[in-house]
Amino acid sequence: MSTEPTAPVLRGGAGEERIRRAFAEAPGDAALVAYAMGGFPDLETSRQVLRAYVEGGADVVELGIPYSDPLADGPIIHAAGTTALEAGVTVDDVLALGRELSDDVPVVLMTYANLVLRPGADVFARRLADAGFSGLIVPDLPVGEEATDVVSACDAAGVAFIPLVAPTTGEERVAEVRAAARGFLYAVSVVGTTGERSGSPADRFGEIVARAKGDGGTDVPVAIGFGIGDAEGARAAAAAGADGAIVGTRLVRAAGEERPVEAVRAVLADLASGLGR
Amino acid sequence: MTPGTPFTEIGSERRFGPYGGRYVPETLLPALDELERTWATLREDAGFQAELGTLLRDFVGRPSPLYLARRISERVGREVYLKREDLNHTGAHKINNAIGQCLIAKHMGKPRVIAETGAGQHGVATATAAALLDLECVIYMGVEDMRRQMPNVQRMRLLGTTVQPVESGARTLKEAVSQAFRDWVATVEDTHYVMGTAAGAAPFPSIVRDLQRIIGDEARAQILDAAGRLPDRVVACVGGGSNAIGIFTAFLDDPDVALLGVEPGGHGIETGAHGAVLAGGLEAGVLHGAMTPVMQDDRGQILEAHSISAGLDYPAVGPQHAWLRDTGRATYVPVGDADALRAFRTVSRLEGIIPALESSHALHHVLHVPAPDVEIEIVCLSGRGDKDMEHALAGLRELEGDDALAHTVAEPLGHDPVADQDGDGPQDGAEIR
Ligand SMILES: Cc1ncc(COP(=O)(O)O)c(C=O)c1O
Repeated sequence: MSTEPTAPVLRGGAGEERIRRAFAEAPGDAALVAYAMGGFPDLETSRQVLRAYVEGGADVVELGIPYSDPLADGPIIHAAGTTALEAGVTVDDVLALGRELSDDVPVVLMTYANLVLRPGADVFARRLADAGFSGLIVPDLPVGEEATDVVSACDAAGVAFIPLVAPTTGEERVAEVRAAARGFLYAVSVVGTTGERSGSPADRFGEIVARAKGDGGTDVPVAIGFGIGDAEGARAAAAAGADGAIVGTRLVRAAGEERPVEAVRAVLADLASGLGR
Repeated sequence: MTPGTPFTEIGSERRFGPYGGRYVPETLLPALDELERTWATLREDAGFQAELGTLLRDFVGRPSPLYLARRISERVGREVYLKREDLNHTGAHKINNAIGQCLIAKHMGKPRVIAETGAGQHGVATATAAALLDLECVIYMGVEDMRRQMPNVQRMRLLGTTVQPVESGARTLKEAVSQAFRDWVATVEDTHYVMGTAAGAAPFPSIVRDLQRIIGDEARAQILDAAGRLPDRVVACVGGGSNAIGIFTAFLDDPDVALLGVEPGGHGIETGAHGAVLAGGLEAGVLHGAMTPVMQDDRGQILEAHSISAGLDYPAVGPQHAWLRDTGRATYVPVGDADALRAFRTVSRLEGIIPALESSHALHHVLHVPAPDVEIEIVCLSGRGDKDMEHALAGLRELEGDDALAHTVAEPLGHDPVADQDGDGPQDGAEIR
């Protein structure tokens, strides 16, 4: 399969609609998707940091649940999750954080498969919808047999299931994953775990985005992530044609600094300038 | 529930009943696909099999003997045969899998291998195979396990391998596997992950089983030779489950052969400090890419296992074992830390064989739990206990005091500097006569 049908109705329901609108209405050159580890460094600070995300121009907030075995995360986000876990932060705490934000900005949850499957996909998706979340990203649930139940549960609950493609993903499979994407397609920019990267991103992003978008048969937004941490990276993402730039580790690192809210604000201002805002 | 993916389609099973699957980051899927395809070809390839067979014979020392343990047999009143994987080069069954997977890496053109290790046996086996086949090698090991298994850390380093200490969580096997996966996500293009047990994402459980089934294939032929019939029971310890599935596989279609897996009971299932996920009836969840019974809290956070033996200290199990349990083909029981420690000593004294602490779990069950229906049985002696000396002796002393080893006290002829823990024996440089 190399082309995909343009769905007349958005399969991801209200959540997908909201995310699509956020991408369409984002100011500047591309949407800013800002990741936070929920409850890091503690619940109250996390709440303030997330508020700063909204004020700092995040178009979509991606909220992580601290997890014991995050296989796709690099040392900074892993350590942040461990700190939050040790502080006793739970799934419910993170859902409550999301609920507080969801009037102002679409919120997507990023979490690992076991936390979704433990209560059951249907129950989990409904809890997400009830808490006002618009989407779900599960990095260890690749599109296919493993994800089927979760995708239908999300569709039924009106939550967008947002899949990932990697640089290692073959052409055919990219098309398959793109066809399954609700809300947006998450294009991983590097072979690796989450983390900031050195070296010029512009060299790599063009091909990544082009592959993710395919030959034009799709209108699903493509956001590029893993390794973007400053204005230069954000600018490169937009220049490469991405509809959104996803920033995680750099913001989590800022949230761990002595004055987290100020640090986060500064990073967001830098990113905004890179996005031509 | 979820149907099994037919073997013929992809060359190896992706599911065992509802268990297994590939719950991994998208980045790794192509590597798992490639591995699956490669193995589907190589396992039928005469050239590859000849190469592997020659190494297993001349380098590893296979076939390993099937030994009738006379004094254990006398004590329990039935014939107990030990499948001597402890006599393999590097001292455990792990080398069967490590050499096979390093050869696969060579065939895929990958110059670098990584692996996790708990007891250090899989790390040493992989480091050895990497030296043999000229591959770069990095081993992830929890710092707690590095402490428990120092001789193996030194062996790996001597063999030219980098041992990467893992500091997260309880600093044991689960964290080492997670860290190896993270490395693999970043290096998958030139690196093969030599998974050390029959767990993890498909196709690892099938590949590791296929490479370990030589244990059972040999044992089946050997017992027919020695006893003239099949055994009534086959017993093995279960960490992730590779030695157990390796010896079970040859007997799966022999309905009269009972299959018994012995899991780490730790301080007791009721305490939560154990690793007996099958005997404990734990619910399935996702760990390291597979859906399988796993220790987790009610929210889905993975919990740490506990076992005196680093090789069994894993909070999940290979998916095929879960399916063998559900279908009733195999049975799983727990044996706790203290019992394993005492079996370690008992077998050493009865047979002149120092078993690995892992294998000692299985040996305790055979020694102490009556089995009226069994006349002949095989126990997989998965490894030797040299690596465990310090840790196991400390454990025995904790259990029984300083006399733990002094069952046969003779009049001392001089000062015993080893027995002297307080250091008032001969000091550095002092003469020992
Ligand atoms: C000697 C020995 N036996 C058993 C095991 C447990 O592993 P598995 O269940 O994969 O055989 C180990 C693991 O390190 C080991 O070293």
